[in-house]
Amino acid sequence: MEYQAYALPNMPTPGQPVIFDPEYCTGCNRCINICLMDIFIPNPQKGAPPIILYPDECYYDGCCVDACPETGAIQFNHPLMQRVRWKRKATGEHFRV
Amino acid sequence: MTSWSEGLVRNSRAALKWPYKNKYGRQREITADVIVLGGGPAGAMAAISAAENGASVVLLDKAHVQRSGGGSGVDHWLTTPTPASEITPEMCVEWEVNSYGGYMNTLSRYIASREGWDTLLEIERMGGKIRDTDDEFAGAPFRDEATKLLFAYDYENRVTLRIWGTTFKPAMYKKCKESGVHILNRMMVTSILTEKGDVGGRVAGATAFNSRTGEFFVMKGKAVINCMGLHEANWLFSSELTGLPYFHPNCVADGPAIAWQAGAEFTMMEKSCPAPPAGMHLPSYGTGNPKNTCYPSTMVDANGKAIPWVDGMGNPIDEVAQRTRPAPGQRYFGDRSMDPHYKLAGLVPDLEERIRQGEFMLPLYSDLTDMPDYERRAIWGLMVGQEGRTRVPVKETYEAAGFNAEEDLLQSYYLLGGEPYPGMWQHATLPFVRGRGPFASPGGMVTDWNLQSNVEGLFAAGNALFAGNYYHHAAVTGRYAGRKAAAFAKANPISEPHKDRIDQEKQRVLAPAGRSGGMDWKEFRAGLCRVMQHYCSDIKNDELLNIGLMWLKDIRENVLPKVYAPNPHVLMRVVENMNLLTCDELIIQASLARKASSKPLGFTRQDYPELDPPQWHKFVTVRRGKTGIKTGDRSLDFAAPLGDNYETHNPEYRGFLKKH
Repeated sequence: MEYQAYALPNMPTPGQPVIFDPEYCTGCNRCINICLMDIFIPNPQKGAPPIILYPDECYYDGCCVDACPETGAIQFNHPLMQRVRWKRKATGEHFRV
Repeated sequence: MTSWSEGLVRNSRAALKWPYKNKYGRQREITADVIVLGGGPAGAMAAISAAENGASVVLLDKAHVQRSGGGSGVDHWLTTPTPASEITPEMCVEWEVNSYGGYMNTLSRYIASREGWDTLLEIERMGGKIRDTDDEFAGAPFRDEATKLLFAYDYENRVTLRIWGTTFKPAMYKKCKESGVHILNRMMVTSILTEKGDVGGRVAGATAFNSRTGEFFVMKGKAVINCMGLHEANWLFSSELTGLPYFHPNCVADGPAIAWQAGAEFTMMEKSCPAPPAGMHLPSYGTGNPKNTCYPSTMVDANGKAIPWVDGMGNPIDEVAQRTRPAPGQRYFGDRSMDPHYKLAGLVPDLEERIRQGEFMLPLYSDLTDMPDYERRAIWGLMVGQEGRTRVPVKETYEAAGFNAEEDLLQSYYLLGGEPYPGMWQHATLPFVRGRGPFASPGGMVTDWNLQSNVEGLFAAGNALFAGNYYHHAAVTGRYAGRKAAAFAKANPISEPHKDRIDQEKQRVLAPAGRSGGMDWKEFRAGLCRVMQHYCSDIKNDELLNIGLMWLKDIRENVLPKVYAPNPHVLMRVVENMNLLTCDELIIQASLARKASSKPLGFTRQDYPELDPPQWHKFVTVRRGKTGIKTGDRSLDFAAPLGDNYETHNPEYRGFLKKH
């Protein structure tokens, strides 16, 4: 196991408002085109998912997910401090998003 | 790789390369009869309307017109007379005036109610879904069988419609293109140009830059319509969740700042209220609650005990159906009003005390499982499911994680410290963090019956208008302002903007991009918000307000020259801050001008503590004049008689409420 160390500053958090799956993403960049806050930039590698340059500016509206034509390519990801809970009425079991 | 840091580590120089063409220094000129600033529901409708009335139109938006503005979607269309109801525009305005203690833009609200149905039909023709054409709610008490329109809140008087909000903006965008509107997305508007560069002179155009390439744009036109919304970020800022605390994320303060710089007259900018601090929010409409989008959800405690309801007059009610009927003694009701005659039903008013005493155990939940099927499907499937900002983040994402509205109780965060927008009660607010409040209808531009301001050729629509809240108001006043601006353009020659002014503006705006280091935009914004939190907040007086102006001046002279922008996107944020600074000055000037405290305005002055004395029960106006700040006033009834004035200014308009 190799352990790395880099002089990186604190990254903006939340850092992953959406999660891309490179398996399904074709790099069409429709998400970039529609993003209200312009948080993405195109990946220099053609066909690869966008880079989330300003994740802290996300408005969590989901327009990017809505615009994506490929199933499974982009997943909405509420940050940990925004995850709402619910309870199953019949069993009392707790769940979260 | 998807994270910036990974890219930097692997391939530093390539990862730091700005992916868009660097067009700093380049300048493009565009000429059109009508320039629409802001492409949300107001701007999109204004652009379409101006084009259909014969004007050449250019429409600028900070994001992308297809989804921008209004939270990217909407669920309710308010206060609109329709073929399925008997309400009148006068009743609609009456309810608005009542809900806001008299401080209401009766002029624009009358227009919104008068032309609301015509506008909705036009949106339907564009492809927006306004009624239950697929009969999903056949037989439901909130559906009118003849028109298939669906209603919210008061099912008898039918003041508010439920609509498929996700369909509206894409339909407007498509229509903009079909109507030949020249659309410019990713544009940060920076100023309104006037003849000779004078404050208050006739409009000559506007300036902007592309937030991806940095290219500077000079728009020349005969009429400008300010559809850039309201100020939202003067006190609120979270460096980690920059996008989340605002209802309209791109409405920072650009609209008010830019119009103020041009000499436009404003009123009610001194209005504010306590707000939840940024960073405390939960997904809008994504928690269990009985309000607004989720009305009239049943609420239960941790043991499943139902929380009792009372009607607007305070009488206990037992059935779900009673929540959507006026109480004995009420005329009609809707969201927002605190007056028992117009107030909607709700949970018992002493709920907090009863919780503290242990009668109801936290956490509370909303329980749609036992509600009538049509109500559950309307609240979860339509209101949450078809509003642009909640379809993906709430309905689809929660369901993908297993949430089922037929089986599950969605948790409320009431009294647990984290309230979503809109919160049930304002317990999680801080008095020194001010905001506009949910749907608080704060200050903005003053206009005449053509929606034209005191600056000749400068029109306004939507939230740019004072006390001008709600999506429907934006769409209808946008449509109205568009045709008025087109008529103005037809009747007037173009004027040439002052060249020196353009050069000055370009230099002002691009300066941060010429620096390689310095203060980051976030620190700049946080610092501006702190000045407002400290000096223009819950308790005001002349001393505090003037200290605030002094520190804003200090920031302008000594801090702003050190702020840098490594790319055009960050430059957009820096210029937003410059607008925030200007808007802060406007708010403080408005606060200095009102020498009395006011409950409806959330305005407390310890040097003038008398609450709403009769001689101050009026609008106080402010504007930049050539020699300094000019103040004035207007009666709360300035627009009366509403019907007559509307007719005088629109003698040829024909629609639902005047067919011949």
